[in-house]
Amino acid sequence: MTAASPVPVHPRLSARVAYRVQRVLRPTAGYRWLSARIEAAGPVRALFTGAERQTKEALFGCRMCGQCTLPVTGYVCPMGCPKELRNGPCGGVSADGSCEVYPDRRCVWVEAYDRAAQAGRAADLRLLHRPIDHRRWGQSSWLNYWQGRDDDLWTGEP
Amino acid sequence: MSLRERLASGSFAVTAEISPPRGASTSKITETAAQLKDWVDAVNVTDNQGSNVRLASWAGSLAVQRAGLDPVMQMTCRDRNRIALQSDLLGACALGIRNILVMTGDHPKFGDHPEAKPVFDLDSAQLLWTLRTMRDQHVLLSGRKLDPAPDCFLGAVENPFAPPVPFRAERLGKKVAAGAQFVQTQFVFDVPAFARWMAQVRDLGLHERCAVLAGVGAVRSVKALDYMRNHVPGVDVPDGTYQRLRAVPPEKTAAEGVKLAAEIIQQVSEIPGVSGVHLLVAGNERAVPDILEGAGIRTTRGADGR
Repeated sequence: MTAASPVPVHPRLSARVAYRVQRVLRPTAGYRWLSARIEAAGPVRALFTGAERQTKEALFGCRMCGQCTLPVTGYVCPMGCPKELRNGPCGGVSADGSCEVYPDRRCVWVEAYDRAAQAGRAADLRLLHRPIDHRRWGQSSWLNYWQGRDDDLWTGEP
Repeated sequence: MSLRERLASGSFAVTAEISPPRGASTSKITETAAQLKDWVDAVNVTDNQGSNVRLASWAGSLAVQRAGLDPVMQMTCRDRNRIALQSDLLGACALGIRNILVMTGDHPKFGDHPEAKPVFDLDSAQLLWTLRTMRDQHVLLSGRKLDPAPDCFLGAVENPFAPPVPFRAERLGKKVAAGAQFVQTQFVFDVPAFARWMAQVRDLGLHERCAVLAGVGAVRSVKALDYMRNHVPGVDVPDGTYQRLRAVPPEKTAAEGVKLAAEIIQQVSEIPGVSGVHLLVAGNERAVPDILEGAGIRTTRGADGR
């Protein structure tokens, strides 16, 4: 969707630390208030979004789809999958766990399964993810998350 | 009897596969469908398989239907966005094509237009979910009403052998939750590994909501086996199978391949929860009678051995 083609990325942040950070970032009245203020101020919003892009790109190879799945995919970004699959691996994963399109890289879903299972979060991978909204590319997913726009991204009961 | 009726009846189902030609004619498809008609319950029509341009799967499916055989229209997420996919379902159902097999699709990198834009707007679970919603809730993904809603029988694919193996049955579970009513698997060569996957499928109760058809192929030559092993993503050929087929003289490889396929069919048909087999014999449709007779599934033309 964006100019750069998706490439599987091995996260630089351990799943344990990521889950711990996530606990601190859960939407609260404070974050909702703060995110509304950031969104209201154009330049601040741009700065904030830029900071998110830099951080998440460095840690997870984020491509800024604006609708983040990381908390339920073992903190491995599925948008690095060359097919951008958000509901699990395709059938072409090699026997050694490498991606069929980039044989020198590990399938993001093999990685996600390992990390989620190790953290006792394998059940997360059963969630069904809705199709993404392509108008949200480039947006801050943290702001979307705190504003409650991400509440419908996935469901346990389709 | 349609595939849906066959599976509902509880008797062993057999499907096969046809690859449409690279050209603007359905005559070859009609000919193959006529050959297969008395042997299989339905035949898949592939959707630009291996990311190579072929005649459209809806057109091939229509030719199969006119030849008197129930088509299974394959639909990949590779080439079309959600607008085109929903529109294609309406078109197919309007033409009487009922069986729709949903899959992600190979990456364009592997085909004859590697420079093409990979679409993948929806993934296979999302597409199944969309199609089921269109049928059952009479609405598009946008929420707009459909009149009349399409009547379709939805299928999925799964590869029980690809990593992460422990997640593969659950992955099917997601597709069943999304709407899959039948599933065809990747080539089964390793029957014990397939049986382990089936045990998980049964533990999740999926076989009661979704008919499982095991993928079985007949190897024609060592060259074809090598190609499958090295160039077809997701196909797992165990060493034992490889050595067995290499051990016979080249002129007997095809016969040994048929024998092996028949043995695998017998073995998978004994596994609880398996509803049938899907013969991955595109380009080798003539082997179908020999395979089915060898397996004792269907003994004479059109007669059901069970």
